[in-house]
Amino acid sequence: MPESRAKLRSGRLLAGYRPLPGVPDELLDAAGQMRPVWADLIAHLEARTPEEIDQKFARGDQYLRDAGVYFRSYGQTRPAGRDWPFSPLPILLEESEWAEIARGLTERADLLEQVVADLYGPGQLVADGLLPAALIAESPEWLRPMVGVTPRGGHFLHFLAFEIGRGPDGRWWVLGDRAQAPSGAGFALENRVAATRVFANHYRSANVQRLAGFFRSFRDALGGLRGPEGGKVGILSPGPMTDTYYEHAYIARYMGLTLLEGGDLTVEDGVLKVRTITGPDPIDVVWRRLDAQWADPLELEESSQIGTPGLNGAIRAGKVTMVNALGAGVIETQALMAFLPNIAEHLTGAPLALPNIATWWCGQEAELAHVRANAERMLIGPALATRLPFEIDGPHALAGKLKGATGDLDQWLSANAAGLVGQELVTLSTAPVYEDGALVPRPMSLRVFLARTPQGWQVMPGGFARIGTSSDASAIAMRAGSSVADVWVVGDGPVAQESMLAPPSEPFRRAESPVLPSRAADNLFWLGRYVERTEGLLRLTRAWHGRLADRSADDLMERITEFLEVYGVDPSDALPDGLMSTLSGAVSSAGQIRDRFSVDGWAALADLDKSMRRIARKLSPGDDAAGAMGVFLRKIAGFSGLVHENMYRGPSWRFLTIGRSLERAATMAEVLAVFADPDAPQGSLDLAIEIGDSIMTHRQRYPVMATRDSVVDLLALDAQNPRSVLFHLTEIRSQAEALAGGPDRPMTEVVRSALRVETQVATMTSAALDTEALNEIRADILSLSGLLSDAYLL
Amino acid sequence: MIYDVTLRITYDYANPATGGRHLVRLLPRDLPAEQRLIAGHIDIQPPPSERSDRVDFFGNPVTEFAFRHPYDEVALTLHARVDRRPLRSVSRGHTALSGMAGAVADVQTIAPDAPGHFTAPSPRVRPDPAMTTYARALVHPGMSAEATVQTIGAALHRDMTFDPDATEVDTPASDAFAARHGVCQDYTHIMIACLRAVGVPAGYVSGFLRTLPPPGKPRLEGADAMHAWVMAWAGPGVGWIEYDPTNGIAAGTDHIVVARGRDYFDVAPIKGILRIAGEQTSEQAVDVIPLEP
Repeated sequence: MPESRAKLRSGRLLAGYRPLPGVPDELLDAAGQMRPVWADLIAHLEARTPEEIDQKFARGDQYLRDAGVYFRSYGQTRPAGRDWPFSPLPILLEESEWAEIARGLTERADLLEQVVADLYGPGQLVADGLLPAALIAESPEWLRPMVGVTPRGGHFLHFLAFEIGRGPDGRWWVLGDRAQAPSGAGFALENRVAATRVFANHYRSANVQRLAGFFRSFRDALGGLRGPEGGKVGILSPGPMTDTYYEHAYIARYMGLTLLEGGDLTVEDGVLKVRTITGPDPIDVVWRRLDAQWADPLELEESSQIGTPGLNGAIRAGKVTMVNALGAGVIETQALMAFLPNIAEHLTGAPLALPNIATWWCGQEAELAHVRANAERMLIGPALATRLPFEIDGPHALAGKLKGATGDLDQWLSANAAGLVGQELVTLSTAPVYEDGALVPRPMSLRVFLARTPQGWQVMPGGFARIGTSSDASAIAMRAGSSVADVWVVGDGPVAQESMLAPPSEPFRRAESPVLPSRAADNLFWLGRYVERTEGLLRLTRAWHGRLADRSADDLMERITEFLEVYGVDPSDALPDGLMSTLSGAVSSAGQIRDRFSVDGWAALADLDKSMRRIARKLSPGDDAAGAMGVFLRKIAGFSGLVHENMYRGPSWRFLTIGRSLERAATMAEVLAVFADPDAPQGSLDLAIEIGDSIMTHRQRYPVMATRDSVVDLLALDAQNPRSVLFHLTEIRSQAEALAGGPDRPMTEVVRSALRVETQVATMTSAALDTEALNEIRADILSLSGLLSDAYLL
Repeated sequence: MIYDVTLRITYDYANPATGGRHLVRLLPRDLPAEQRLIAGHIDIQPPPSERSDRVDFFGNPVTEFAFRHPYDEVALTLHARVDRRPLRSVSRGHTALSGMAGAVADVQTIAPDAPGHFTAPSPRVRPDPAMTTYARALVHPGMSAEATVQTIGAALHRDMTFDPDATEVDTPASDAFAARHGVCQDYTHIMIACLRAVGVPAGYVSGFLRTLPPPGKPRLEGADAMHAWVMAWAGPGVGWIEYDPTNGIAAGTDHIVVARGRDYFDVAPIKGILRIAGEQTSEQAVDVIPLEP
């Protein structure tokens, strides 16, 4: 019975699967037989109902959403979101075929290293006529300030990516070389995790090569690139405004590297240093995810706001290793592909095992004539571009048709010859994609990653596949958009389990505490403040809405409105804009330090932001709004709980905590100054207790009606009440002491000032703490913020 | 001709500046057969926290310095003694404009003096249709590259008006050309764009002019500050020649070379990254005095 059912479903899954004529397919061979490597996975799917498959596949999306991959907005200045639809069905390749690819790409990587070394060294390839001088001299990626600079350690290239596709004859071709700042290794990891959620049980027995070993080797290799003094290893990111920032944060967290931006770095006497809360700290190896042009505004692009002045000097002085070397991007130049085959033969005596797609530079007469005659079968575009063929924009000619320029093709070719290359229009192989309950063939290309290790190039056994959205198998069709799938390299036998953890043979060693860059500390501090401020504003807004039906509370509500006005909050809106923007401040701060707290913490904050936005338009003033504020307050408590339960008690946590305590102490002082004032409207004291979330405590400790004395005592002076001013002043002072190295160390200005305010409050009586005194205390608390900036954040 | 060169540049900041790092290209070059730097020194006040001297890709001397403390004034003083020799042109044959593309392609090197660096758009000189049209109208395919340099340089000198108030240091050359007004930097960028448009590799030279002319000669424009002129590659037989379009003359023993590059980006006398809020002002004073009259 089960067998016949399986056959029935096999018909359903594969019945309509028709590979395109003349195009190789990854699932079926030329004879229409399923390739053996797919058999287990397809059988696994066939044994499930469409509903079960949908459920399974939904788990992948769910994971990516939970991990925050889909959440890519960071406050008001939103970077463009990057679509990253996940195609749950992986691409399967046999181990033996993968070994061929790996061998070919390793050989190619070695060739690229030789070419880059020559272009920044002797320039022999040009002198020997193997490369036209113009192509190099005119390339914006050939960086003159780096000419003659041999990297410390001798290698220019350490991490490469290749975009490859399978041509009609079944052989693999390189569509593009990536050496500038190859992205995608983190996405490949995310895909893998998503895919293992989808195929949870099947994956374990599917003999799929693991990815962790590759990342571990690369991490160790980065550590090995350090100089004799052994500074830190960091990832240099352009910052949260780039669409791959999520990946930078993810990979920094996964590999345990410090995430840096250009503004975090400074150069002193030729040494690159990261500005940390304890002063400049040498950084020795930089995995660069920033395009070289922007790296040093002093010698490269002057307008760069994301670079580090003097970085080139540090490289020249041999005090830092860049992965990859600044200027390595020149190897991505499209026109170079026209010359690589000859260069390979010249340098190695043999043709490349993994050649790139055929390319002709129009700056040469014979080549121009060839491109002109064969324009129908070519993509003609800018010679110096570093984009992949399917990322082309600007003027180009596709299959003989000129786009983005006026005039006819012949004239355009003649007028711009030296600036153009022709590339043959390649087709890709197809792979199965699950659509509407059946498998359909879609074109795909692979991105493969290589890392240099002391044992030579290591190839990530996997990577990711781009999958086209239509059945047009030409590579150029990928321009219309693509989805992404995991790539499984499948062996004959069980694979070893891998993880990022060090193998047990090494003696245990507690890792040194990672550096905390000043910028990250600043963001943590403000994250603490904004989250706390959001909570305070929510409580006041809730109190306002809760009293909306109470006619006798008009004066009090007016006082609340005045209080909130300063924060840009108009409580008569069911969900005030000022509240949303304060939370956006928190989300924005958090977005810049995603490598520093857990996925769960981020998810909780993102969830709060999302639910507030979703509900914003539906709320009506009064009890409805008050109820919603209660829900939001519980979500905030969820975030705070996650952070304070789970966060390591290091400097990151201390800055977050100081921010939170500072905001809470200042707000409580302000609340008391306004609502415990002798002239405050009726009901103000009860409101203050409500804002201080201390109704129960007050009732237990003071069996009387609220008086000014009882309220000020509980909310300002009681050292045991986690809502009191004094409680948080003590917290600030003790965290500041810890940052300064402990209570026994000489006092810093921050500690001194914090202790002064703390002592002042601790020795006061509720009578002495009148409105004027409360306002002074509040100003003193807020001035701690500036002292903290001066000490740690500038 | 031996000169004593003195240059003093001061920057004043309304608010103290912090974290400043600068590159300066002020020291005259040592050029075989053309110019000898007998002695030269750049003094920086206040004394910087760090300082290093090196040579850039094009062979120009560069001084890099940085401050780690706040400062509200920086003063740079250059003292140099330079022996500038007359250039003897030894032409081994002219190249017509029609042959220039091939001649450039035949130079198979990416060494700093290769003409290939000076043909393409560079950071501050982009192709401009108005300049291209202007330049093409002045030449014909049979004209030699050397004659082209003279022709375009003289035409610009004739058609442009020297006007220190017309442009700022970051005014695009196209704006200056449209107004036909500008200073030496504009003349130089415009002439580079015109030469590249007709296939002649061209670059930017920064330097000094003698302050007072020899007896009986007119005083040259640009002598009271750093000056700029054009270098052009006139084919393998002629090589590199230099022309001063601001004054409409070939650069000669009155021109002292400080730096050469594709355009102002490569040779800017001072580059610096400062984090300041508020005004800054700068002053420049140059004296170039011949030792013998």
